[in-house]
Amino acid sequence: MNVVDPFIINLTVFVLAVVVGYHVVWNVTPALHTPLMAVTNAISGIIIVGAMLAAGPEQLDAGTVLGFVAVTLASVNVFGGFLVTQRMLDMFKKKTKK
Amino acid sequence: MSANYVALAYLVAAILFILALKGLSSPVTARRGNMFGMVGMAIAVLTTLTVTHNVAYILLAIAVGGAVGAVVARRIQMTAMPELVAAMHSLVGLAAVLIAISAFNNPVAYGIAQIGEMLNLSNRIELFIGTFVGAITFTGSIIAFGKLSGKLGSKPLRFSGQHWVNLALGVVMIGFGIAFCITPSWTPFLIMTAIALLLGVLLIMPIGGADMPVVVSMLNSYSGWAAAGIGFTLNNNMLIIAGSLVGSSGAILSYIMCKAMNRGFLNVILGGFGGGEGALVEAGDGVQKTYRSGSADDAAFMMGNADSVIIVPGYGLAVARAQHAINEMAELLTEKGIKVRYAIHPVAGRMPGHMNVLLAEAEVPYEQVVEMDEINNEFADTDVVLVIGANDVVNPAAKTDPHSPIFGMPILEAHKARTILVVKRSMAAGYAGLDNDLFYMDKTMMVFGDAKKVVEDVIKALVH
Repeated sequence: MNVVDPFIINLTVFVLAVVVGYHVVWNVTPALHTPLMAVTNAISGIIIVGAMLAAGPEQLDAGTVLGFVAVTLASVNVFGGFLVTQRMLDMFKKKTKK
Repeated sequence: MSANYVALAYLVAAILFILALKGLSSPVTARRGNMFGMVGMAIAVLTTLTVTHNVAYILLAIAVGGAVGAVVARRIQMTAMPELVAAMHSLVGLAAVLIAISAFNNPVAYGIAQIGEMLNLSNRIELFIGTFVGAITFTGSIIAFGKLSGKLGSKPLRFSGQHWVNLALGVVMIGFGIAFCITPSWTPFLIMTAIALLLGVLLIMPIGGADMPVVVSMLNSYSGWAAAGIGFTLNNNMLIIAGSLVGSSGAILSYIMCKAMNRGFLNVILGGFGGGEGALVEAGDGVQKTYRSGSADDAAFMMGNADSVIIVPGYGLAVARAQHAINEMAELLTEKGIKVRYAIHPVAGRMPGHMNVLLAEAEVPYEQVVEMDEINNEFADTDVVLVIGANDVVNPAAKTDPHSPIFGMPILEAHKARTILVVKRSMAAGYAGLDNDLFYMDKTMMVFGDAKKVVEDVIKALVH
């Protein structure tokens, strides 16, 4: 048998992740749908990994500069997303019952 | 660090992201879940740092972006969450486009092509898809941000033949994409990207008004798919997994929002409704209908003598900044031994779950806040329903009038309660431009005035 094409491996991971995402997200309580959007914003900041790889080559050129810009943009999402989620969730913590 | 260790660290981060989403199944576990998400992101970033050069510059970029994000996260008003979310989607979209350009510029550096060789066909296809999804997310989110923040009119903007123009542009874009896949060069790549950027604008412009929650959810989904697309291009499983989680989350939220408005997804995407042409309905059959109105004191008297009260808040409540006042009122009623709950329609706010956050901000205990499906059976046993800042979501025409534009939309069945109080500025129609029969029922009392003012007057009357 030949070696499996990386595309097939990617596709396998992709499909499995979509199935997991589907099941996990349907379990999210509707009351927390806004924090869900905020935290998925932060998680989509994972594109920072791709941005770092773009900024990573030793030889600086136009491509690496674009990489640095992308790292900056994605960091806004990562920090902003997680922190604003935390802020919202703290509101749901307060006051349990009197 | 060797590529194998990097991949294993990414696996750990991916599991932590899944746990972050899983935590949101209850407010009790949500904060721990968010912590998992942060740890996962830290692992992913630190691991990646071990395989890149220019570490100092990268850390500087993270510090700059992180500082901006932190300040915004601290300052943002909860009513402005939809704008913030839209703005963040656009950043992901733009980052995806920049990474794609960079990858095409120097594929060897990503290990996706050998020195002196071009990208192979499957990489080119992936690059094409990642780029155009990113580009549409970028400009589409900017338009959505403009509409949500009021910088652009929120009215849908349409011109005749729009769908054909979009379709033609889409076909041309795919044409250049195919050209790029056959002979990879800058010209088709850049033209394809430019058309995708334009399409993002044109696709979101015609949507507006009440449909914005769907748009925000949809762009949330796109931003995830854009990240996943870049993951395919770079053969990076971390990006694929995290992107897919976000993509499916946004897709599910879009579905939930569409269902809450009884509208097909395509129908929303292609525009219509929400202040559009067909929605302008004159106030019924020309017969002057009569309604009963009363004062805040009357309202306080009725609620004070009830055993159970359900509050139906709409976005008008937040516009009037009456959340804190309503909580104070609810506390007073609770002290009197009255059972108080809030009934939330899925589209009560400007994005999924928005009203829950606005109430939580005003320190309303989340146990009192109940979703539509859970509370609808209980209206019939409820003494008083207080509708405040809401209109279409309690319009019984959605159940009874097959000719109504909102027929079939799930509603909060406030009309089944023994008494209905409606706080409203005037008898003007709601978002969908429809008259509401609930206001003319014998058991309904209208209380006219600004929501905050009315609630404060009710509080005064209750204290005395």
